[in-house]
Amino acid sequence: MDAVDKRILNVLQGEFPLSERPYADAAARLGLNEAELIQRLQRLLATGVLSRFGPMYHAERLGGALTLAAMKVPPDDFDRVAAIVNAFPEVAHNYARDHSFNMWFVLATETRERIADVIAEIERATGYRVHDFPKLEEFYVGLRLIA
Amino acid sequence: MGLISAVATAPTPALDERDRALLETIRNGLPLVAKPYAAIAAALGMSEREVTERLQALLGNGVIKRFGIVVRHHELGYGANAMVVWDVPDARVARLGRRMAMFDFVTLCYRRARSLPAWRYNLYCMIHGRDRAAAEANIAKLIEACDLRTVPHAVLFSRRRFKQCGASYRDQPTGNIKHGRGR
Repeated sequence: MDAVDKRILNVLQGEFPLSERPYADAAARLGLNEAELIQRLQRLLATGVLSRFGPMYHAERLGGALTLAAMKVPPDDFDRVAAIVNAFPEVAHNYARDHSFNMWFVLATETRERIADVIAEIERATGYRVHDFPKLEEFYVGLRLIA
Repeated sequence: MGLISAVATAPTPALDERDRALLETIRNGLPLVAKPYAAIAAALGMSEREVTERLQALLGNGVIKRFGIVVRHHELGYGANAMVVWDVPDARVARLGRRMAMFDFVTLCYRRARSLPAWRYNLYCMIHGRDRAAAEANIAKLIEACDLRTVPHAVLFSRRRFKQCGASYRDQPTGNIKHGRGR
């Protein structure tokens, strides 16, 4: 990643034109041309710096639901449980963390009711309790500069 | 800065089938071609104008939170990601959450339900740093600036990321337009 890549990441975090040639318009703001911007975005996606270039949806406004869930898994059983949990299509992220609650994942479902069903299914499949920590309020952090 | 979006109680806007088809088509990203909206329009049998008007409306009613890049912090060199959880009296949590969200190194800040007695914490923030020491220095800064010395908290560093993908709202993706990266 060079200085131009960083500038692309900072400038394109928040908005993208809804114009006929949006890459050309965004490139002009960055002092690039259309082909250069598209090429750099392709590279940033290919190297995994970007997970996506496009919209971020508000799951709840789509009628769907999101929650954060956690489990306490004995270390010697961790890999087996992780494989089971990750196989659920509703699991969007899963992180191992340093705590007795050592597995943390986000569940995304089409309906609110489905969250409880998936939690029950994971408990049945793994044999461990799943704690559900639904979001009550979000504090808006704004955009963050990359570098 | 510091705005609260009361997402849990916001009404669900009415979406029609064409909105849903559009959202599904661009779920994994915008086509990396010179005229991406025309490409989407062609794939969906809509006019380009209908595509941009619908996207504008979906941004306006908050179904699309934002449009642009979605970064992976780890790949950007932020090797340490700490979820810091706090047990804050309910009367203080909104004010404190708004305040924490103003720090540059806080990338997410949520109030969540407790799960007593196993889990007492109700305020969560995500803090990134180049390494653990940098993340810890940021946490210390937060404790100092927000007067949190007496607030019980726990720091949960991530050890491994097993899975990271965009949340899907439909189980069966249909008609995705190919873009720069296969998934």
